[in-house]
Amino acid sequence: MTKITPKKKPLFLSWLQLRKERARLIVAIAGISFADVLMFLQMGFRGALFSSAVEFHHSLNGEIVMTSSRSRSLISLDRFTDRRLYQAAGITGVASVSPIYLNSIQWRNPENKEIWDIYTIGINPEHQVLNIAGVEANREKLRQPDTVLFNLGSRREFGAIAERFQSGEAITTEINERQVQIQGLFKLSPTFGINAYLVTSDVNFLRMAPFRQGGLVDVGVIKLKPDADVQVVLAEMRSRLPDDVKVMTRDDYAKAEVAFWSASTPVGYTFDLGVVIAFIVGSVIVYQILYSDVTDHLPEYATLKAMGFRDRYLLIVVFQESLILAVLGFIPGTVIALGIYQITNLATMLPMAMDLGRIVFVFILTAIMSSVSAAIAVRKLQTADPADIF
Amino acid sequence: MVTNLSKPAISIANLNHYYGQGSLKKQVLFDINLQINRGEIIIMTGPSGSGKTTLLTLMGSLRSIQEGNLSILGQELLDASKEQMTLARRNIGYIFQAHNLLNFLTAYQNIEMALEIQEVTAAEADTRIRTILNAVGLEHRMDYYPSDLSGGQKQRVAIARALVSQPKIILADEPTAALDKKSGRDVVEIMEKLAREQGCTILLVTHDNRILDLADRIIYMEDGYLVNRSDVAE
Repeated sequence: MTKITPKKKPLFLSWLQLRKERARLIVAIAGISFADVLMFLQMGFRGALFSSAVEFHHSLNGEIVMTSSRSRSLISLDRFTDRRLYQAAGITGVASVSPIYLNSIQWRNPENKEIWDIYTIGINPEHQVLNIAGVEANREKLRQPDTVLFNLGSRREFGAIAERFQSGEAITTEINERQVQIQGLFKLSPTFGINAYLVTSDVNFLRMAPFRQGGLVDVGVIKLKPDADVQVVLAEMRSRLPDDVKVMTRDDYAKAEVAFWSASTPVGYTFDLGVVIAFIVGSVIVYQILYSDVTDHLPEYATLKAMGFRDRYLLIVVFQESLILAVLGFIPGTVIALGIYQITNLATMLPMAMDLGRIVFVFILTAIMSSVSAAIAVRKLQTADPADIF
Repeated sequence: MVTNLSKPAISIANLNHYYGQGSLKKQVLFDINLQINRGEIIIMTGPSGSGKTTLLTLMGSLRSIQEGNLSILGQELLDASKEQMTLARRNIGYIFQAHNLLNFLTAYQNIEMALEIQEVTAAEADTRIRTILNAVGLEHRMDYYPSDLSGGQKQRVAIARALVSQPKIILADEPTAALDKKSGRDVVEIMEKLAREQGCTILLVTHDNRILDLADRIIYMEDGYLVNRSDVAE
């Protein structure tokens, strides 16, 4: 049995050392915060891109979505005949089907007469097709000819339509040489591919887009009966329908959109690269700070070695310093990033949102960044030769 | 580490040491033989470049022994492993020419560092640190950083740091070099008094003639050879 005595509490050398040089500590914290803000922004843009890209998908009022087998994304569409949709309607478990027309149509900004492409969604006004509050509230007004609903989150290039509409002004403008009237507003975030949306009825859609043929649709929304099993119905559809269309759950439809953006466009890659660069910048900053810190304290470290401290003790001191810096830099970095998310939200209408997973991930990256820098900086420790201090 | 009380504090036999390699290899210590007993206070003098500091670093286990034998408190340092060398250092208190205090620690914390590698309780550590600060006359400065202390005060903190762990051996390299006459003498007298109380062995390298009277024995080094001149101490 060994007697247990309360041992002296060890000195927190790493913190004492960091604390003594206030200016260097602040520079280090600022550097790490900067790297963290960069990483958060890159991930934020990436996340906003993906969540905005699938807002339409998630708003569809149906468990199953049908598209042409050649459709890849909202910006890479192909049409299919609505007969496929009515074939699907006959399958057991299906409650209703509803076609959607999608096309970019030329919109004239009523203020400066500039022409901009606007992404137009044509739905059957008798059906609840989109679970978007503004669309549901005004859907029935679309029965009238040449009426549209305008997107609240649209960019300024399209004119201050929302503000003017809300102040009670009647707004008409020209779409493909037809005078159309705004009947209401709804909210759908712009994406990296779509600046603004219009919602109108299928009949109005075909008038505004005379180049489109009735009966050839872009998306089919299929609503199931409450007791139907989605997988069973899907399997049945796949066996019964020709392969010019594909059917999938609404979630899979959204996933395919995300996969398109991350794999088939440079956007996903660009933001991933941004994160990597932020990581490298952060690592270099932490390394510089730790290296000069170790260099400045070499005689002191050599003294500690002469007193009988092991190399391991000094290694731990440097790694502790790096982790303290990681934590101290991460906190302001996260707060600043949250602020910039808010500002970006207001400026671009992109849905920038922070989530816990991202916070944890960036913290882990910060800790790795600091440890890697420390691992390189501690090689300098070997040059602390106790024989040199006499 | 078990130390054998019957053995001399430091025992050196046929020690040679070289710097450089190949054709640049240069011998700096020649056939050193020296025996230092426990409780002895030895002053080593000699011109610059005579090898005093090299010998001191070898005795302090800061440099590996190349040829010959050197044992500290009965432990042979020839072919000692890195870990053995590190542990041997824990029996030795060092006092350097420059104080070599840790600038980011207060006087109290600097002394506390020496107890960091000893098995002591919190209460005992605090008592020992305060006692030794009192002994060097710096109790009122214990929360000062080295940058706020005078040269003599810093050197006294360094002495307190070297002695607080009650080492068997003190190695000091020109501890008075950076100090004026009065504080130099004070510092060495404090060192001598404390060492005598703890029964520890002191080896002090100095050029300062005014403190030679404190030695039990004076050894003289020249060109890498040790010359015994016990007559000087009388």
